[in-house]
Amino acid sequence: MAADSQAPFIRRALLEPEPPPAAGGDALTRGRARLFGGVFNTVLTVTSAVIIAALLWPALKFLLIDAAWTGSSRVDCLPETVGREVGACWPFIKAKFAQFMYGFYPASEHWRVDATYALGAALLAPLLIPAVPYKGINAILFFGVFPVVAFFLLVGGVLGLPHVETRVWGGLLVTLVISFTGIIFSLPLGILLALGRRSHLPVIRALCVVFIEFWRGVPLITVLFFATYMLPFFLPDSWRIDALARVLIGVVLFAGAYMAEVVRGGLQAIPRGQFEGAMALGLGYWRTMGFVILPQALRLVIPGIVNSFIALFKDTTLVLIVAIFDLLGQLRAAFADPTWATPVTLFTGFAFAGMIYFLVSFGMSRYALFMERRLNSQQRR
Amino acid sequence: VTVDIQRASAPPRVAVYNRPKVRAFLYQLALLALALWLGYEFVLNAKANLAAQRITSGFGFLDQTAGFSVNQSLIPYSESDSYGRVFLVGLLNTLLVAGLGIVLATILGFVIGIARLSPNWLVARLAGAYVEMIRNLPLLFQILFWYLAVLGALPGPRQSISLFGEVFLNNRGIIVPAPTAGEGAGLVVAAGAVGIIATLVLRSWARRRQARTGERFPVLWIGCAVIVGLPLAVLAATGFPIGFQKPELRGFNFVGGVRLIPEFVALLIALTTYTAAFIAEVVRAGLLAVPRGQTEAASALGLRRGLTLRLIVVPQAMRVIVPPLTNQYLNLTKNSSLAVAVGYPDLFAVFAGTALNQTGQAIEIIAITMAVYLVISLLTSALMNWYNARLRIVER
Repeated sequence: MAADSQAPFIRRALLEPEPPPAAGGDALTRGRARLFGGVFNTVLTVTSAVIIAALLWPALKFLLIDAAWTGSSRVDCLPETVGREVGACWPFIKAKFAQFMYGFYPASEHWRVDATYALGAALLAPLLIPAVPYKGINAILFFGVFPVVAFFLLVGGVLGLPHVETRVWGGLLVTLVISFTGIIFSLPLGILLALGRRSHLPVIRALCVVFIEFWRGVPLITVLFFATYMLPFFLPDSWRIDALARVLIGVVLFAGAYMAEVVRGGLQAIPRGQFEGAMALGLGYWRTMGFVILPQALRLVIPGIVNSFIALFKDTTLVLIVAIFDLLGQLRAAFADPTWATPVTLFTGFAFAGMIYFLVSFGMSRYALFMERRLNSQQRR
Repeated sequence: VTVDIQRASAPPRVAVYNRPKVRAFLYQLALLALALWLGYEFVLNAKANLAAQRITSGFGFLDQTAGFSVNQSLIPYSESDSYGRVFLVGLLNTLLVAGLGIVLATILGFVIGIARLSPNWLVARLAGAYVEMIRNLPLLFQILFWYLAVLGALPGPRQSISLFGEVFLNNRGIIVPAPTAGEGAGLVVAAGAVGIIATLVLRSWARRRQARTGERFPVLWIGCAVIVGLPLAVLAATGFPIGFQKPELRGFNFVGGVRLIPEFVALLIALTTYTAAFIAEVVRAGLLAVPRGQTEAASALGLRRGLTLRLIVVPQAMRVIVPPLTNQYLNLTKNSSLAVAVGYPDLFAVFAGTALNQTGQAIEIIAITMAVYLVISLLTSALMNWYNARLRIVER
């Protein structure tokens, strides 16, 4: 029929049934089927194995087996003098360790940096472990008191501590100072911006949208240039802002805009009923937000917040472009030292700094994952 | 029984300044006034500071002679050209590295994202290790690693590493054969275009036929054959007008071929591998967002894994993938400004770097640079939003 040929195609004859699939078998059989079932699969497995072997073995050989462990100058890391192939030149790291950690912070004052680290770690550890009580006091100490103590401890000029200019700060110290400052200031800024963006007042909303989209639309490096070269023009001549502080302003504005979007995601996930319930109880705007909405919203976005922190931590490396020597900047400076110029110096330095960056970022991302699972299990009940 | 119904009392008297509408207005007025006052102060300070440092503001400097050379330019450029020309050179270089990076990162990211979900244990683990490794190291670290440690360790031109005698790697960059166009090259390009159009027509015909009769047509294979075969046939017919000029070592350097400067190569590799790791995660999340029932139904219908992926899973996953993918494209474009760390002459390096140093016009130059990145961001967002709207499920 003519009408029939216009209708969508329908299969009329049944297909022959296929034989049932083979039984699962034991773990070994299944594993073999997964790795070597089919030609394509076998090729994939073999290729992967070759790639892994080609990467892992040279890395192991370079970092441990062939590495030079003791020495005092480049001579101890040259194949001609050692008499064998030389991998990583660890004496280079040992010689430059103080520079990588503290920059040119005076050696006699290194204990102040160490004390700051110790205090920070002592306050941070119980904050991260969910089972430890007194989270409120702990958070106030860590986010409120610690930055002030750290500031005076590191800058000095009080209680008989000699003043240390930020110009001589460097290495991991600067990396951590920028990350930490960015984190504690960007979170409140981000919360305010997110609330502003969700506000019913058109002027406030518009200002927040423009602010957020502007900082999110430009690269961080232009923000750092803005803070370093353009900001001084906009401020009164009498305000001489420290170079590190200017960079911190840029980082906080930039990170705050990204944080605002993360927090907004959490705010949008809170059902209307929560707002209405709070209103019915007679709570005003700030109490509604502070006691009802934000505690729920922030808890929802903890993984997102931690991911922003990871991004911020990695982004701190950009300050080397505006001549502030963080860990990567000190690494680059150390490469220029002729007393350690060997063919393996670069790889050794990158391996060392890479391990630090990787451990911190990876640790944070694992923690985010752990919190995510915990929060999910709470919601599942 | 009578019930006394209390009459609704009149709304409580509220002072004028406590009424919600009045308050909202006052708050906004205060914020606006604050913003305007800050802006006014900034302008005032900038004027005073510029006057004190004797910098003339304005965009007149764009016509001045730049006087510095640039080591890669897509358009003719010499030292006697203006700052405006430098701006254009930098912008094109940024677009070049960002465009190439986006294409390569998308391909690599999709491959790795799919590999992470492979039933093959080893492949999945390898892809997972790649993503974790790359995502947890700063991008600038990776750019410097490729530039200083990997490309910097290559031998000099005379000891170049040769790949099949066609491509040469040395510490001055990568030298690849340059395409040369002779008489009739235009015809070959035209044949390629005809092949693509023919394939598109064929595809729409094959779709209509399949909807009507259920018969499938091997569009993919025939399309490939047409797109590749047609230009090849024309190439042979016109006597091979398109050739490749092989690079040759003469004295201390290479003659012929195209030299990709190491700054470009390092930046491109780092941007591609870094963004690919993030794209892989986006792709994985998108594929996982398609319910298992879809895959199972496809298996029940007898579709093979490849077909299931292509016809069932990917089209649905794209709806989840596109918005975060846009973000990754924008990140890559913005991250290309890190070129300044290795000296690749992108917009930021030549304009906000060298030009800013020479002219001291910080306000104008940084404002222009920021504006360019903002415009690129907004344009890409708009384009991807349009694409996303096309992919959306059409609901009643």
